[in-house]
Amino acid sequence: MISKYLYLLPEIILLTTGLLVLFLDAFSKELDVGRRIFGPLTIFGALSAGLVSLLFLGEEKILFNIYSVDNLTSYFRILLCGILFLLVLGTQEYNEKRIQHVGEYYFLLLAATLGGIVMVAGVELLTIYVGLELLSFSLYVATSSLINDKKSGEASLKYVLIGGVGSAILLYGLSMIYGASQSTFYEVIQVNLANPEIINLELLILGLIFFFAGIGFKLSAVPFHMWAPDVYEGAPTPITAFLSTSSKAIVIGFLFRFLAGPLLPVMEYWQWLILTLSVLTMIAGNLIAIQQSNIKRMLAYSSVGQIGYILMAFPSLSSETLSAALFHLTGYLVTNLLIFIVVALFYTKHDETQMIDDFRALSDRQPFLALALSAGLFSLAGMPLFAGFFTKFILFQSVVQNGYLWLVVIAVTMSTVSLYYYLQVIKQMYLYDDDKEDSKWSPSLSGIFTTGILFFFMIFLGIYGTPFYAFAEKATMILF
Amino acid sequence: MTENDGLILITLFCLPLLSAILLMLIPSKERSLIIGLTGIASSLMFIVSIYVFLSYDFNSTAQYQGIFSLSWVSDIGFIAKDGIQLKVGIDGIAASMILLTGIVILAGTIVSWKIQYKIKDFFILLYILVAGVFGTFAMLDLFFWFLLYETAVLPMYLLIGVWGSTRKQYGAMKLMMMLVAGSILIFAAIFMIFAESQLGTFDMQALSSVQFDRNFQILVFPLIAIGCGTLGAMFPFHAWSPDGHASAPTAVSMLHAGVLMKLGAFGIIRLGFQLLPEGGQYWGPGLMTLGIVAALYGAISALKQTDLKLMTGFSSISHMGYVFLGLGTYSLIGISGAVLQMFAHGVMTALFFLLIGAMYDQSHNREIPNFSGLAAKMPIWSIFFVIAGLASLGLPGLSGFVAELHIFIGTFQSYPIIGGLAVLTAAITATYLLRMFSTMFFGEFNEKWNQLNDMNYLEKAGALILAASILFLGLWPSPWMNRIADSIQLGIPGVLM
Repeated sequence: MISKYLYLLPEIILLTTGLLVLFLDAFSKELDVGRRIFGPLTIFGALSAGLVSLLFLGEEKILFNIYSVDNLTSYFRILLCGILFLLVLGTQEYNEKRIQHVGEYYFLLLAATLGGIVMVAGVELLTIYVGLELLSFSLYVATSSLINDKKSGEASLKYVLIGGVGSAILLYGLSMIYGASQSTFYEVIQVNLANPEIINLELLILGLIFFFAGIGFKLSAVPFHMWAPDVYEGAPTPITAFLSTSSKAIVIGFLFRFLAGPLLPVMEYWQWLILTLSVLTMIAGNLIAIQQSNIKRMLAYSSVGQIGYILMAFPSLSSETLSAALFHLTGYLVTNLLIFIVVALFYTKHDETQMIDDFRALSDRQPFLALALSAGLFSLAGMPLFAGFFTKFILFQSVVQNGYLWLVVIAVTMSTVSLYYYLQVIKQMYLYDDDKEDSKWSPSLSGIFTTGILFFFMIFLGIYGTPFYAFAEKATMILF
Repeated sequence: MTENDGLILITLFCLPLLSAILLMLIPSKERSLIIGLTGIASSLMFIVSIYVFLSYDFNSTAQYQGIFSLSWVSDIGFIAKDGIQLKVGIDGIAASMILLTGIVILAGTIVSWKIQYKIKDFFILLYILVAGVFGTFAMLDLFFWFLLYETAVLPMYLLIGVWGSTRKQYGAMKLMMMLVAGSILIFAAIFMIFAESQLGTFDMQALSSVQFDRNFQILVFPLIAIGCGTLGAMFPFHAWSPDGHASAPTAVSMLHAGVLMKLGAFGIIRLGFQLLPEGGQYWGPGLMTLGIVAALYGAISALKQTDLKLMTGFSSISHMGYVFLGLGTYSLIGISGAVLQMFAHGVMTALFFLLIGAMYDQSHNREIPNFSGLAAKMPIWSIFFVIAGLASLGLPGLSGFVAELHIFIGTFQSYPIIGGLAVLTAAITATYLLRMFSTMFFGEFNEKWNQLNDMNYLEKAGALILAASILFLGLWPSPWMNRIADSIQLGIPGVLM
């Protein structure tokens, strides 16, 4: 019996680390610990949780069948812990300089990751909702943690209000799906929905509409994306990075399990919903991004658009498309994390004015950061040699095979549009000469190291991504 | 080429990549080291490309020679075993284009040594571009073909944006956006071919043996023709070309007009004609129409230009029009002419841009009416310019003549009216070139340009390589013609003899 709880070891490690950080923070005066200890603790916790996750590659349902530890869970555990590890490693200096209560802040990051893993691993509706709320609440608070920054507070308030509404709508949708299927367990829902005599179709369809609207809020998919730019702008840059990477990955991971399992029998009713979301998200996100002059807002809209590409995989749900989507998601996470870490490294040493032309002539001062940032942006636009090209190629070919050529044409067109606004940043870094009297600055060593790791992964995925695809395929195999 | 020569082809496209990586490791201050390294690298590329050209095997009856493949992506999702391979191989057309690239890159490297601003970064980007170009000509796998095709376009933005002149940011952005937009169509076409074949492979050899449905071919061919045509500056998708050329630095103009635009026409042959022959045949007249419109439009626009580089840019559109004209005939002689024209125009226009660059660097002025009597002051420069110009207007004995003759004969065979218009275009070309010669080279010398010097030895060396190629092709075209005709017969089904 005890041994079954061992399957929760990564979560336990994250929780313990989080509580330890919180405890040390609360009694920091009595115990005489400085602010500097929290970062390394978090890094260590994330790293060990990620490594421990490698041990659980079987398939096991625990806690009265509400929690599934399988390859998909392990994949996301490693992914999320990896993101947390690299994010904190890369932005420690930023956090110590800009964040009001570092201890609490790291606790919130750990808690958000924990909630995310619960949401992906859960196979019961109430469990995943608890996970989602743990994730959301941690992020609401973390968004407001900048020192003396009104925008940060404003962003947090907006996020709470709109996120709360989103959660409510999602919960309402889930409750109607529960009403139609008479269970909260994925397995039972799947069986009941497959039986046309049991389900109440009107209720189910209404529930699905609410469900996808709620998911739209959480993913910031168009037309539920309005909060994203404001929150991305106001939040501390590492939290923005977390919002655009982990937070999205978690919801996508949940969708993998939920759409390919319980909702699979009623696919014909929700196919068009997610198709609409995907098309609107791709088009609107990329078009609005063109007009932005604030880099974080621009990246916010760009990640809105990027989510549209991943959603393309769901209308033609099959093991091939899902593996390709997971593979593309991995490439997207690596790339986006790289971009945000470079932005955070830059704003560690500069006032956070967030304008695209802040990056003017970066190539002269920090050639490596400029190179990494341009490579990341090119990768997001799907240019070759970088992750974005290869993972998109694999994703698109599987979508085409399922007969959605028109969807791919829209996606590729929008990638080209996105190239335009990414080039605006690259233009600033390379094409303009320096006009500012700016003293020499250099990013922290750990920041350079993190950027280097992500850069390597991005190139590796872009040129020879097959091993990662094989992992993704193993992870999604259990769904079918 | 034997089997082992496949490795040579891999070397050919790894060489520039390795040079780029090596350059990254050299500190920017070591100027002489950078120049030495690029000199060695480009000479090696030149030598290897000559070897590739010469080792073409006439006895082989296979469509492609020197095939070397390495499995890259296998058995994932819908992709079957060995679905994506790093697969290289050439035919006579690709061999000619590889030789062209080798010549232009050597000449381009030599004249770029005078760049003062960030020379290291310039060469890194230039070599990434060249790797893309060599790779595209040699690749036999659609995935890698497209990857390298895009790689060739990508560095262009920074090369023009940082080292260019006059409205460089506008030119760079316009060029980049239009070319990438064009590649959307190629991307869609590749996926359609992949899905339609049901083979789960991107291998061109396997795909070219598939008999696609006629209607499918007719539907997909225009996507490839327009997508690749954008890079080949096909009318009406040429808008990026004059601005792009006018703002690009010398070596980039040379490579771009000389080689990259040929990549577009090459794509139509490789992807269009070889995979979708019936589609190519069906759309031939359309291609011819666009070709002749481009030829006339480019020539007439060139008449109006006073900026030397813009004139050459429009002249390039006009000459690429001949290429599409030749391709559209879908006959052995027409397509041979088109490929010859790709080579001929490649070396000729590279020479043009080299010479314009040599003068512009001193005078910072490219307006034709501002100059007169330059032949007295810059005799060698003028001689080279006249060689390029005469080749451009198709003087017998120079490269342009052989190519244009083939294209005209091919056109007259199928559509005499279009053939007539093509000859008219040649007349217009002669008009603007001879008028420019008389203005700039003869007459009274304008004392304002007293400080102008003739070409330095580097420029002379670069120009000599290109001018020699022009003469060689003009006087003894059979090495090219044999290879090209051989490959067209083997590789393009249903071509008119």
